[in-house]
Amino acid sequence: MKRREFMKQVSIVAAGTILPMSVIEVAFADNPDGTKSGENFTFAVISDAHLQQIKGAKFVRNWDMGLKRAVAECNLMNPKPDFVLFGGDLAQLGKAAEIDHGAEILSALRSPVKMMMGEHDYYLDLGEHWMKRFGEPHYSFDHKGTHIVVLNSILVDEAWINKWKTPMERMQTMAGLDDPNGSPFMVGLAQREWLKKDLENIPKDTPIIVFSHSPLQKIYKGWNFWTDDAELVQDILKPFDKVNVIYAHVHQIQYNKIGNIAFNSVMSTAWPWPYPETYKKAKSYLPKLTVHMNRADPFFERDATGWQMIDVHSGRVDLHFLLPHNENRIVAYNEKTQQPEDVKYQTEQIPPQKHY
Amino acid sequence: MKKMTMYLYSLIFIAGAVHADEFTQQDLKLWKVEYESVVHKGRKVFIDPKLGTNTVTCNECHPNATNTHPETYPKFQKQLGKVATMAEMINWCIANPLEGKKMALDDPRMIALIAYITEERRGVTLEPGKH
Repeated sequence: MKRREFMKQVSIVAAGTILPMSVIEVAFADNPDGTKSGENFTFAVISDAHLQQIKGAKFVRNWDMGLKRAVAECNLMNPKPDFVLFGGDLAQLGKAAEIDHGAEILSALRSPVKMMMGEHDYYLDLGEHWMKRFGEPHYSFDHKGTHIVVLNSILVDEAWINKWKTPMERMQTMAGLDDPNGSPFMVGLAQREWLKKDLENIPKDTPIIVFSHSPLQKIYKGWNFWTDDAELVQDILKPFDKVNVIYAHVHQIQYNKIGNIAFNSVMSTAWPWPYPETYKKAKSYLPKLTVHMNRADPFFERDATGWQMIDVHSGRVDLHFLLPHNENRIVAYNEKTQQPEDVKYQTEQIPPQKHY
Repeated sequence: MKKMTMYLYSLIFIAGAVHADEFTQQDLKLWKVEYESVVHKGRKVFIDPKLGTNTVTCNECHPNATNTHPETYPKFQKQLGKVATMAEMINWCIANPLEGKKMALDDPRMIALIAYITEERRGVTLEPGKH
């Protein structure tokens, strides 16, 4: 083999290994009636990085690598995402150093970045540093005919906020997912009023995407896979024909449909969480529709972590999960059944998807 | 004399056996308190940022000790290439995600961790070897 040919082959192999996203190059889907839609677009969600300061400029390597990998992969996407939403929990303990470290890593993204607040960003200084860096935690914008809302859905009542001796004690309690002294998340009255007003003049056939850190549904209170005023928020969204809620926090694939609202969760770049039903001492309500992701192998750091490209067509979203060390998955909106479904595993379960 | 000794031994044996069968409410209470205090200590170790060197805690990945499967050990741990106990797997976690130093298998913190993890799994059928 000539050197040039050899080099050509090597570069193909290299491209194959460093560009795993080539396999999920997102096709712009047509409308169900076969016509081309002018309103299709793609965006990316990277979430739950949990950058954790050890001391000074030292951070937990494993979590850093997860976020850096997602950023690098996202920059190689084709087509380029119209924007990247960061889904919250940039920090582990809400420290300015953690938020700044995250902002620095995210600054390498070559697409416009939208930010969402997570509880790990909030409960040390009640979001002060985060807001200084990234602005208001709830806002909306329009993109190619879709109305997009970002909520701050990790709020709790004032009494809980004020009951702690120090801000760090409050932060650490909220940071412990299974800490029994935490408090259920909510969107809260003020933001619900804001949301009503924001949607007031939006035509009912406009596709809506709502980003929320907490699930906007009630799955398992013990780990705050929960939004206390979920029904009230769902009521505000009910009048619209096509609503898509994309939520973070749960570090695993979940999806659901309630009325006209399709729910999809996104992955964490840091670590995966077990499905709540694996905790045998408590009852939980994982959406029946959800096909579990594979059980994570702790010996592969990035297993069951990942990020996602999202393909918006005819007002509905398809999630392409990029899962290093795990087969990539696609949860797409099935126009026939009118619900999100895993394109490969919806009917066929494989052993690693069984959790106990 | 020999007969006498035999007789004495059997008396002691019988007395001992009778005594061993008789534990009181107070005993039960003591054992429960002792056990629960070790479970409680185990939870503390489970959320202790100083267990490893990088401030990562066990409950970050294992809320309520889920996905630890204490009922399946000992089992062939494919990643270790041998049949292992849960203590060995705990040590793997301490050495790797927590970047810490492995503990002696009878370290009181190890015993406390096992007690807490197993208690969170109470009621689940024992299935050694299951994967």
